[in-house]
Parts: sequence; C-alpha cells; structure tokens
Amino acid sequence: GSTLVVAEHEGGVIKPPSLSALAAATCLPDRDSSVSVLVAGSGPSLHQAASHAASCHSSISNVLVAESDKFKNPLAEPWAKLVHLSGGYSHIIAAANSFGKNVMPRAAALLDVSPVTDVTGISDSNTFVRFLNKYSYSFSICSFAKVDIYNDYLIFKPIYAGNALCTVRYTGANPCILTIRSTSFPVPQNSADSKSNEASISQVDLSTFDEGLDKSRYISQTSQDGERPDLGNARIVITGGRALKSAENFKLIEDLAKKLGAAVGATRAAVDAGFVPNDLQVGQTGKIVAPELYMAFGVSGAIQHLAGMRDSKVIVAVNNDADAPIFQVADYGLVGDLFEVIPELLEKLPEKK
Amino acid sequence: MTMKIMVAIKRVVDYAVKIRVNPDKTGVVTQNVKMSMNPFCEIALEEALRIRESGSASEVVAVTIGPSHSVDTLRTGLAMGADRGIHVDYSASLYPLSVAKILTKLVQIENPGLLILGKQAIDDDCNQTGQMIAGLLNWPQGTFASKVVLDKEKQVATVDREVADGIETVCLNLPAVITTDLRLNQPRYATLPNIMKAKSKPIKKFTPEELNVEIKSDLEIVQVTEPPKRKAGVVVSSVDELIDKLKHEANVI
Repeated sequence: GSTLVVAEHEGGVIKPPSLSALAAATCLPDRDSSVSVLVAGSGPSLHQAASHAASCHSSISNVLVAESDKFKNPLAEPWAKLVHLSGGYSHIIAAANSFGKNVMPRAAALLDVSPVTDVTGISDSNTFVRFLNKYSYSFSICSFAKVDIYNDYLIFKPIYAGNALCTVRYTGANPCILTIRSTSFPVPQNSADSKSNEASISQVDLSTFDEGLDKSRYISQTSQDGERPDLGNARIVITGGRALKSAENFKLIEDLAKKLGAAVGATRAAVDAGFVPNDLQVGQTGKIVAPELYMAFGVSGAIQHLAGMRDSKVIVAVNNDADAPIFQVADYGLVGDLFEVIPELLEKLPEKK
Repeated sequence: MTMKIMVAIKRVVDYAVKIRVNPDKTGVVTQNVKMSMNPFCEIALEEALRIRESGSASEVVAVTIGPSHSVDTLRTGLAMGADRGIHVDYSASLYPLSVAKILTKLVQIENPGLLILGKQAIDDDCNQTGQMIAGLLNWPQGTFASKVVLDKEKQVATVDREVADGIETVCLNLPAVITTDLRLNQPRYATLPNIMKAKSKPIKKFTPEELNVEIKSDLEIVQVTEPPKRKAGVVVSSVDELIDKLKHEANVI
C-alpha cells in the first residue's frame, strides 16, 4: 500500500497535528507501505516546509509540492480538489483539526468513499482484543503483527462524546481516508534523526487543475495570542469554567497557567459567557487535549467537556460542589472555593523551570 | 427574488442522556431512551428561520432521513417554524456518504439557495455530511459557522468560522452549504400553539429508491464498546496536600 499524508505548514515547518498524522501513517499495519507527504501553498516557506517534511521521518519516501496561491489559505474547495487529484493511494490521512475536518470529507465525497474521522487508534485484527484489554481509551501504540489479508485492520473511533468506542473495518475501494486525533498519535521525540534518509521532493502538476474554483473567497483570520503554549500540545493545561464569573476573574487561570508554563483552556459555558475566545474551548466540539496534567477550576464536568480531556494523564479538579461530576474522573479532587485555592497555589507552587 | 432554505435535521439520543453500550456490543441502548433533535440541527433550523424572518428567504424546508419515528423530530422542526417537511423513510443504518447522496438529490429537486446543517450529530460525532454534500454539488462550504451574513444583492454569504486558532471569515457565492457551530444562535422553543399548527403542515415522503440513491456501505462496524473507566481518584483536604501529591506521587510538577 501507499499512504498520502495531507500536511499543513507554518513558518517553514510542518505543523504538529500533521506530524501526528505522519505518525499515524507509520502505524498502518502494512510493513511495505510507503508514505508520501503533500504540502501546498506558495513562497519560500513552502519549500522550507517541503525540506522539513522530507527529513522528519525515515519512512517518508516522497514529498509532493503543490505550488499555487490557491492553497495559500486553507479553503476547502481547492484543497479537496487537490486531494481528489492525488490518485493512486491506498490511504490518505490528515489530522482531525479544523483543517482536516473541513477538507477531508469533501475530498472523500469527490472520491466516492466513506472517510473515518477522528480516529484514535489503528490495529491489525489479530491483536486488537489485547489492545482493548490492555490499553486505555486511546490506542497510541502501533502494532506490526503480520496480517494475511491486505487492509484487514481495525480503526477505532470514539462516538457519543467518547462515551462509547466504535471499532470499524474499512471495506471500500481505495483510498481509505482517515482523519486522526493528534493526542492519540504522539510524535516521536527523535523524529529528526533521519537526515541520511531524506525523501525525494517533486512538484505536483497543476496544469490541469480546475480554474473554476472562485466560488469561495478567504477574507481574514483573527490573530492568535502567540505567547501561550498551544492548547493541543501543552504538557499542562489549566481550565476554567463558568464559576470564574467574569473575564476579569479568568485572569486568575491565566496567572496560574503562566506560573506553570501551561496552556489555558475553558468550558463551553465560559466561552459562551465571553470570558475567553472560542479557540480555548475544550470538549466534544472544541479541542481535544491529553496533557500530562489537567487542572480544572470551577468546572462541573458535563459529558461534553469530559469528552475533550478524559485522556489526560493526571486530572485535578477544584470545585466547591462536592457532587460535581468532574470529581468522578479526577485523580486528585479538592472541594473548595477556587477564589481561595488559586491564590494559594500561586503563592506555594514552584516557579517553572 | 425569493430564496428557499433547506435544513437537514437528525433524531438522536438526547444530549443529557447517559448512554449505555448494549450487551451484544452492536451499538448503544436506545429503547426507552429520550430522543431529541440533534442540538446542532436546532441551531441550523433557527438560523434558517431568522434569515426567513429578516426577509432574505421566503421558505424553510426541513428534511430528515430515518425510520417512521423521525417524523416526530420533523414535527418539532415544523413547530419551531419550518414551513414544510420532507421525510426520507429508511430504517437501516446509514453512513454520512449515503446521507449526503440522498440530501444532494433533494437539493436538486428543491433548488434551495442555502443548505444549512449542524456541523456534527452528537451520536456518531462524524462531522462529515455537510462537507460531502458541498463536494457532490460542487457548492462552496462554510463549515463550523458562528456568524452568517447574507447579501441578497450580491448573492453571497459571509461566514465566520470557528477554527483551531480563532475565527476565520470566508465569503461564499450562493448557492452554498453552511454547517453550524454552537455559538451561531440560541434556538427558540416550540410554543404550544405552534406545536398544534405544525400538525397540519405538509410532510412529503420519499424512499432512497424513489430518489434513485443506491445505499452502499464501505464501512463495517465490528463492535461498539465502553471506554475503559478511569480508576477512582482521591480527595485531598488542602492546597499543601495537593501540591505534595502532584510533586511526589504523580510527579507532574
């Protein structure tokens, strides 16, 4: 088989969610699989990103570069068309972030195949029972046990806000299109050790690319706060809920995050109330996070919120309601007033190293 | 010029129900469980109704696909204010690609200027159907919308989208597909008089065969299981104890 990873890049490097998609590509239980990476856009940063892609994993055999201003912005219409044109692959994988969620189902429909979205694990069918018994909710460990039937492997996808796990087998025509949850496919730390094994870089022929794609136009994007660690990749996440009561009070959460070098998260209620912008929302329809430490302050623990953080390694909950559902998933619970607890934590916690 | 808006709605297990996997691991228990309109679909319908009330559209058509029970959900949509309904009668399970093909056929019959859907259903959490229809129709798409502004003169929709690092704004030529995010609007409740009125609103019935859509399935659900439970944690009594546990037991700070 051969796999195409549709990658996003920024500042001349492949974005972390796309590196996770690459990690997922190397998880497919087909030893002979070759992996290609597709990058698109224009300007010098595109070529830097292509070089980065070529050297970031030893299993990458080829980097495809689609150079056109049409791909400068993440519009679904030209991107899905580009993926559609990239024929001949057994699998096409992207991250299940707002880019992959927007583009990949559209591309799948153009290819007349069903995608599997928000995948948390891939395993061959011989070993999956062991997987289910041994590991927790996400299946980040790859298995390379021998499979007799090509494509006979199982795909895991959470449903009902993560309250059930669906095991799917893809039985359709090529390509099998997947979007993967980044937190379930961690990027190996030594991913840049393969300089000697650099992949070839080739240009995608866009001469036949449909020019009639002016039905949508990109207008603008709000700029993000570049100071804080990215919510999706942070080692520690500090989250505030409705109990913070105001945007002003929410600064307590930000102060604590700063002290711990952590990212800031929020519940839907806190975002709806206008305390923080939408991109900080953690949950079923917001961001999925799985940090080493997740600290929730004034968060009741609705299932829709738990869906976004239940894979965290260590969960701390501080809430003045001892019956709040968040305590059922917390490793350490503290029943108390967050307006007293956070200042005390700020005073007593060590500065980040 | 009068524009029609089509809205797709889905009947799902109510968002407040604690779901349970059924014993034979084929799905979740739905017997004697409260069913409701998917919350994102309510938002989609609300947006269509607001556009009609602003004078930019003349008719809102609500569509659902599913067994006979889904008509109840369609009636809820009519009670919220949709003008008429379409029910595509199908009892077996459907994957989003088939749903997209059925809805594409209905769009070709009804010719709406806008198709609005929820960004995802809270049962399968797929988040695919709207994007697929847009692809099949070669229409532009504005997914995860938190604001929609229509310009009737120019025949465009300006859509604010909730994306990974903030809000992205795109401008789409009509006809277009829009999928709704949580903060687009606050859906209205159906009032009792409107629930009564909805009983006499027309619902047209189709089957996938009548629409010439072949239901194919290229996915097989092997099983549905419960995710492993987290083991019970401990309640600490003070900030000092919490810091001590995080430092020396969990080793995370």
